[in-house]
Amino acid sequence: MIDLDKNFNTTKNPNIPDLFPGDSVSVHVRIKEGERERIQEFKGTIIRLRKGGNNTNFTVRRTASNGIGVERTFLIHSPRIDKVVVERHTHVRRAQLYFLRERTGKKAHLKQKFD
Amino acid sequence: MLKGLIGKKIGMTQIFDESGAAVPVTLIEAGPCYVTQVRLPEKEGYSAVQLGFGEAKPKRLTGGQLGHLKKSESPPLRFLREFRINLSEIKVGDMLTVDMFGLGERVDVIGTSKGKGFAGVVKKYHFRGGSKTHGASDRVRAPGSSSATTTPGRVFKGTRRSGHMGSERVTAQGLKVVLVDAERNLLGVNGAVPGSRGSLVMIKDARKQ
Repeated sequence: MIDLDKNFNTTKNPNIPDLFPGDSVSVHVRIKEGERERIQEFKGTIIRLRKGGNNTNFTVRRTASNGIGVERTFLIHSPRIDKVVVERHTHVRRAQLYFLRERTGKKAHLKQKFD
Repeated sequence: MLKGLIGKKIGMTQIFDESGAAVPVTLIEAGPCYVTQVRLPEKEGYSAVQLGFGEAKPKRLTGGQLGHLKKSESPPLRFLREFRINLSEIKVGDMLTVDMFGLGERVDVIGTSKGKGFAGVVKKYHFRGGSKTHGASDRVRAPGSSSATTTPGRVFKGTRRSGHMGSERVTAQGLKVVLVDAERNLLGVNGAVPGSRGSLVMIKDARKQ
């Protein structure tokens, strides 16, 4: 039998590097407005990575005005993602950073990790 | 022309269409199938073709099965299924592959649904069950009344009761073909298909186009 995970994966976008929870990233998303296409940036921290073949996705959290958190989930294999830029890696001790949802300001700061 | 194949369900995944939207897809390892017999109205009373799928070791089949397959000069095959069609240019010994299906076409997929065992009426027929509160601690998934009183004095036949659910033949109708890979004998249809992964499915041209 054909193995689903091994034999059926669309090729990964070369403009997406390896991502880790806690990374500060800027996701460039292609947006279609009628005929025109433009690129929108979404900057924030990766709070979760979910693996699973073509469904691999990650959630980015950013704080908008008035300290309101905005979370957006992106599919890694989606053609709508132009590229992902990792600005910095941070030192985190868990895979899902849901604790950031309760934190604002300096408490929501993650220490940078230098390799 | 015959539009039918036997296949094996591989599982579900998602692919992206031209606009970038994610499409849920069931992958089926479809074919190659061999025409092992053609049934004729003159001989069998109806017209159909028998297709074979899934190469097996010869020692896994009985002598009778091997003898039947030898007539069509096909390899030893594990599964044989019949497709009712009006006969056209199909011949015994023909090999059929997925490239008979084109992108965007509608197909019906027939499979055996997952067995659920002995199931209650809430699961089987979506009965509401009873109240969780108001002192009704043991009526939560109960079927309620099954009939009326002295008239009719019996339970009507066909009343929905608990019992075995699943592992029956189910047809998923009008699924759109979104992926055809002749090299790997892969067929992708939009949406779910009955049965567990690795189960046998039959793919046909959609009845309701």
